[in-house]
Amino acid sequence: MNMRDLLVRGMLAGIIASVLATAFAFTVGEPAIERAIAIEEQNAAAGMPAGHDHGVMAATATATAAEAEEASPVSRELQRTVGLVAGTLALGVAFGGVFAIVFAFARGRLGITSDRGTALTVAVLTFVAFYLVPFLKYPANPPAVGHGETIEARTAAYVGMLLASVLLMIAAVILQRWLAEVRSRWDASILAGIVFGALVVAVSLLMPGFSEVPEGFPADVLWHFRLASLGTQLTMWLGIGLAFGVLMDRAARPVAQAAQR
Amino acid sequence: MAFSPALPASETTGPAVTPLPVRDIAPWALLAASIALVLVYFVGFEEGALNLLSSNVVHEFVHDARHLAGLPCH
Ligand SMILES: [Zn+2]
Repeated sequence: MNMRDLLVRGMLAGIIASVLATAFAFTVGEPAIERAIAIEEQNAAAGMPAGHDHGVMAATATATAAEAEEASPVSRELQRTVGLVAGTLALGVAFGGVFAIVFAFARGRLGITSDRGTALTVAVLTFVAFYLVPFLKYPANPPAVGHGETIEARTAAYVGMLLASVLLMIAAVILQRWLAEVRSRWDASILAGIVFGALVVAVSLLMPGFSEVPEGFPADVLWHFRLASLGTQLTMWLGIGLAFGVLMDRAARPVAQAAQR
Repeated sequence: MAFSPALPASETTGPAVTPLPVRDIAPWALLAASIALVLVYFVGFEEGALNLLSSNVVHEFVHDARHLAGLPCH
């Protein structure tokens, strides 16, 4: 098993997972996005400051909100179908590649003997580090939520949280391996998990907070959208891990015959 | 890889898997990270805090995937 094969499999797993994630995003996520955009339009029509244009060419909105940006070059119909597929696919390939590299480091170093077990473990840990922890501090927002003026600060804070999360995860895994030499693997994992959780909470208390949900924005739309985001990314990362495991198993079979080489 | 155990490899649960040396992983990690950075940038960060392209077509096209990935958009 060389690195090239691992990377190709990771990206292939990313493509497979992005199909599943797109299906989830389209059925569960899009209704919430559509509702949020409808609210954004209403606000624009009422003369309230809006974010950027979301492909909506509502005559009333453009007429009243004179300062609104020019109509989006991409229609909503395209955004929610082909655009969603393309964007999720690009993320799937990117995450699949990252997954393959993490797997390459993890394989044979975590005390897990099967490739499928390693792949699933890596999938869960990458999901937590790359998505769940940043999400818990800075949850995903639908259109119409968030002030345009703070986009730089929010992006910087998000990236900061992401980096902290990834570094703490790496530290936690190293700690777990170290503890596993003196304690059982389960004990080591629990202790490392507690340390990781405590440090994540400490970091997120130090990071700035943003509460920019507009007054009167329906809580159920926000909740629905955030759950959809969580589900989409969970599908993505778990999908990558499980598909990658299948691809590794399929690869191992023909190699088994030629193992004597 | 230097050697593979002369065991019947049909059993997936071998005694231990030989880890890939870090120096073998490193150049591929760089490649994968570069690809990921470019893709994630154009889906998740273009036309927000940063703006490399003069047109906003790419951003608008992949807009919904960005929101669902939890990345700040506007
Ligand atoms: Zn948006």
